[in-house]
Amino acid sequence: MKDTKVTIAGVEFKNPVMTASGTFGSGAEYSEFVDLNRLGGVVTKGVANVPWPGNPTPRIVETASGMLNAIGLQNPGIDMFVKRDIPFLKQFDTKIIVNVCGHSQEEYLEVVERLAEEPVDMLEINISCPNVKEGGIAFGQDPKAVEAITRAVKDKARQPVIMKLSPNVTDITEMARAAEAGGADALSLINTLTGMKIDIYRQSFALANKTGGMSGPAVKPVAVRMVYQTAQAVSIPIIGMGGISTAEDAIEFILAGATAVSVGTANFFNPYATVEIVEGIEKYMEQMNVEHISELVGKVK
Amino acid sequence: MEQIWATVISQEKLASDVYSMWLKVGAMAGEAKPGQFISLYSADKAHLLPRPISICEAEGEKGTLRIVYRVVGYGTDEFSHMGAGDRVKVTGPLGNGYTLKDKEAILVAGGIGIPPMLELAKRLDVKKTIVLGYRDERFLDKEFEAYGKVILATEDGSAGTKGNVLDAIREQQVKGDIIYACGPTPMLRALKAYAMEEGLEAQISLEEKMACGIGACLACVCRSTETDGHSLVHNKRICKDGPVFDAREVTL
Repeated sequence: MKDTKVTIAGVEFKNPVMTASGTFGSGAEYSEFVDLNRLGGVVTKGVANVPWPGNPTPRIVETASGMLNAIGLQNPGIDMFVKRDIPFLKQFDTKIIVNVCGHSQEEYLEVVERLAEEPVDMLEINISCPNVKEGGIAFGQDPKAVEAITRAVKDKARQPVIMKLSPNVTDITEMARAAEAGGADALSLINTLTGMKIDIYRQSFALANKTGGMSGPAVKPVAVRMVYQTAQAVSIPIIGMGGISTAEDAIEFILAGATAVSVGTANFFNPYATVEIVEGIEKYMEQMNVEHISELVGKVK
Repeated sequence: MEQIWATVISQEKLASDVYSMWLKVGAMAGEAKPGQFISLYSADKAHLLPRPISICEAEGEKGTLRIVYRVVGYGTDEFSHMGAGDRVKVTGPLGNGYTLKDKEAILVAGGIGIPPMLELAKRLDVKKTIVLGYRDERFLDKEFEAYGKVILATEDGSAGTKGNVLDAIREQQVKGDIIYACGPTPMLRALKAYAMEEGLEAQISLEEKMACGIGACLACVCRSTETDGHSLVHNKRICKDGPVFDAREVTL
């Protein structure tokens, strides 16, 4: 049996495959298709201090080999999340990573503090959502802001902290270094790329929010490039994502420098994608005679 | 609920851009309830999101489902070119479906909202009137005649009442204790108002663009009158909490 275990900031994952925040809820819906025990970790949909209603509809639209979304971080707030979603996930032998969102530093910190005593393994701080007006990406496009919010979160967090980075910047390595300087334990990238689609017959925007975050197979080469660049720039572990639909895609990210990977949009067209990727990675390791997955991390330089 | 490769048994064109397809789906057919839907996926990976399509008929013993759909874009166009033996990826059955009540029923549907009413009409073992609205070309109307009195409305006046379904309901003085409806939002809005005026229960089926189709991604929400159980806001998920809602539950 090949060894697929990976360790990020002292947290050991049985394999490097996780879910990408926002595509998998808190796992309940997809648990009817896949055994969550098979996954390295579940990264939850973003949770804020209070319930957020999100954006008007239409919230999604298909694009060539991808999609745009502008959900706007609809979520039930931390109280319901703690009461319902964490106990649900605790039934499974998988790591729990809670994605945290907020409009202001105070709101992020309130959620981080509420999670201090909860049985979650890591926090992922969403400073890169392109679909909310305040907070989100506003914290993720300026290195000083990235460093400051990272430091503030690290000061309060009882779990290791992953900063989720936006690709909508001139140089992602600058943001990665800033997060590392602020004390981040790991980085996840990429969040979605800001895009737009126009309905030429209605002569209006396809999304009520006008712009949305692009994801899906079409963004993968951009994501692989950014993971590679970031891996050269920092020494903390990277969770890579952006268009991963198959084990081959996942392995590309690992070879580029990701310690683990997240599967997002692929869940929408293949609800079994996560487990198929776990199995595909094992098969690749057999085929390529890889004893431990860590041998692959950043192997392509 | 599962994702499988379904096999096309047959396909025929019912009207301009409207197609009827029978699919071999196995166990999914036995689970299917009227008002539920299935997600169909394009074979072209450039088109990755599901096309949610309502279930028109379900034959559990044979393991077959029928869908009747309108070609509105790339995905549905691709499906319309499929023939017997072709395979298509399908997830389902999805959503809640209608709650069948033992009350005299009025089934009201407009345009491509008509297909899910067929299985409902088959399973509702009560006195019922079926009101179908079309712009001009009709489809499926003859198939409803076996299950109840059929009243037609056409916008161009080519059959039945000239106008919409509500014009037909008023003109024909259609009576019943519950409305089951599916169709465009303006129709549902008018029917909801009518049901409230008349003090009738109404179950209406909504639609919206979907990504996951199973309640996880929160793309296809509608405005709910009460706080929703999932996110504690006023957003019900059409794919999971619906597509069928009590008209009082939602703001249109």
